Amino acid sequence: MRVVAAMSGGVDSSVAAARMVDAGHEVVGVHLALSRKPLSGGAGSKGCCTLDDARDARRVADMLGIPFYVWDLSERFADEVIEDFLEEYRQGRTPNPCMRCNERIKFSAVLDRAMAMDFDAIATGHYARIVDGAGGPELHRAVDPSKDQSYVLGVLSADQLRRTLLPLGADLKEDVRAEAASRGLLVARKPDSHDICFIPDGDTAGFLRRTLGEQPGDIVDAGSGAVVAGHDGSYAFTIGQRRGLNLRTPADDGSPRYVIDVDVQTRVVTVGAADLLDVDAVEGIRPIWAGPALDDLPRELSVQVRAHGAPVPCTAALVDGRVAARLAVPIRGLARGQAMVLYDGSRVVGSATVDSTRSVVPR
Amino acid sequence: MLPAAREAWFAQAANLGNASSLHASGRATRRVVEESRESMAAQLGVRPSAIVFTSGGTEADNLAVKGLFWARRESSGASRILASAIEHHAVLDPVEWLASHQGADARWLRIDHVGRLRIDDLVEQLERSADVALCSVMWANNEIGTVQPVHEIADLCRSAGVPFHTDAVQALGHLPLDLTAVGADAVTISSHKVGGPFGVGALIVDPRAELTPVLHGGGQEREVRSGTLDAPAIAGFAVAVQHAVEGQRARAAHLVGLRERLVRGVLAGVPDAILNGDPGTLPSQRLPGNAHFSFPGCEGDLLLMLLDAAGIDCSTGSACTAGIPEPSHVLLAMGVDESLARASLRFSLGEASTEADVDAVIAALPAAVARARRAGSLAPQAG
Repeated sequence: MRVVAAMSGGVDSSVAAARMVDAGHEVVGVHLALSRKPLSGGAGSKGCCTLDDARDARRVADMLGIPFYVWDLSERFADEVIEDFLEEYRQGRTPNPCMRCNERIKFSAVLDRAMAMDFDAIATGHYARIVDGAGGPELHRAVDPSKDQSYVLGVLSADQLRRTLLPLGADLKEDVRAEAASRGLLVARKPDSHDICFIPDGDTAGFLRRTLGEQPGDIVDAGSGAVVAGHDGSYAFTIGQRRGLNLRTPADDGSPRYVIDVDVQTRVVTVGAADLLDVDAVEGIRPIWAGPALDDLPRELSVQVRAHGAPVPCTAALVDGRVAARLAVPIRGLARGQAMVLYDGSRVVGSATVDSTRSVVPR
Repeated sequence: MLPAAREAWFAQAANLGNASSLHASGRATRRVVEESRESMAAQLGVRPSAIVFTSGGTEADNLAVKGLFWARRESSGASRILASAIEHHAVLDPVEWLASHQGADARWLRIDHVGRLRIDDLVEQLERSADVALCSVMWANNEIGTVQPVHEIADLCRSAGVPFHTDAVQALGHLPLDLTAVGADAVTISSHKVGGPFGVGALIVDPRAELTPVLHGGGQEREVRSGTLDAPAIAGFAVAVQHAVEGQRARAAHLVGLRERLVRGVLAGVPDAILNGDPGTLPSQRLPGNAHFSFPGCEGDLLLMLLDAAGIDCSTGSACTAGIPEPSHVLLAMGVDESLARASLRFSLGEASTEADVDAVIAALPAAVARARRAGSLAPQAG
């Protein structure tokens, strides 16, 4: 096959590319330039992105003896990922930009371009497995539970999965690192990346404040209705957040309080006791199916709402185009905008964007 | 590298003598350096003392721009720099640096739609010649191949009393370089562009020109360029220059024929392709081995990738440090819009190129262009 290996410059995508070469595919390495601003490597007078990563990817491609190109997707990334991220926060939702990037950039813009260039598939270093099932390709959890990335790939359609190769899904991360070292790849000891790539310092609230401007408002106690603090932008708050609230007056019973609601219209952030965060039903919009779509008959599945969260058993159905899930066990702290990914055992059924939740404790 | 240049380079690599030393091995090395200098001077029609060896074209350009600027500003107070907007970065960037750090007043000379200097603009800029520290215009452009009227520019500068530098890196070996007739104050040439070793070049400096050094130190090269000379590279360089100059006429004829075959074939196979630069076929109009096209609707980097896969090397211009292709400043200065500038490719033909190579490009190009157009036109999906 002719394969585009998406090469970030990290250890995983490097080993994935190496395995594609070993498997006898005709491999071309592609590094995605998602920003034209220098994120590291300092001097960047010509205005480039992640110079070290691009260099690492190129060096690995050199070692593998494969052609290597940089595809400039910075404009599309700015339009479809960063702008969407900001708009979601403006609307009081909590987006997952990595999933958005997977959906719109990596497995869409890049995949489409690769297909148009006569490639057969794209290979990445994600930890998840694509298995040939009776009804077509199935996306399953990785063998390494601590690295499983099937959640962030939950936005892939069956059609995208058909053209995707994930060579690391059956491996443990430590084995991949060891393999990188034994292959002599320079990136073997490179640390994993965790931050949102366009917020390299990890200060999401600071990024939003700088980008969206200050929008002062009140923090209100859910029980008493009293204003217990001020804030300079409701977008800096996420459902379930406890730290950094700087509340002036303690709760009546002295128990900790959490953000339980964010209203961008009134700029009111509501805080309350932990049990107010518990939800037992959730509805999602914009469903994407990794195989056959859910129908209106309830099915026993499980749902995961965070990249590293635990799956929760649920009864799920498609109701008026919305994915409705009743949870067997409440989930604590679930924000609109988060992705809910449905699993049948280890198989990803599909995903949707959380649009509404039902609290266990009526408010 | 040319086999003869490699041999000369290799032969001298065994000798450890420093050309600046007085002992026997130093004298032997110095003899090689000076014979190389004399050979090059004879080939280029200049005096041996005019040749200042450098580490390459970039250093020679920096020495010319900064050295002429500093010397002239000190002697006359002039601080204006005239340079064409399509210079190589080795000239552009020193000029911009002098403007941003040293108070130089940079004036970018305009060019016309084929990439040739607007002489009227130069004449106008030379009216206040006392303010002008130097003028720098390349002999021929590396991207679009347009040859500049260097004789005319040099004459105008000389009449105005303004030092003139020209970067002739692309011209050497492809165009007749009659340096005596042109009479530039400083001319840049580079070794690897003519089949010599990497890492060596020269600035050919008129003995009357005043030049402040960029590199200070042991006082080599008439105290204009300090640093121990790389005798093996210089020996190889001299052989390459001899080959370049002696074979220039035959090489140009060969390359013009191939280039015209390529241009005809490309325009026939991709009818909406645009030939950039001077459409004239003479070596006085366009570098013989250069063909540069825009393919509307294509992304140049995708086209390059497809042609690379077909075994054809070409170039989109420059990429930034992360490898993102940048639209060519040359095309932008010619008035080409940014999307068309990004849709552009340069094909460089060399001495070893054959009709079969050209025909392979012509055969592969239409399908590659069609495919690159499809791949590049994928619109963002509706949300």
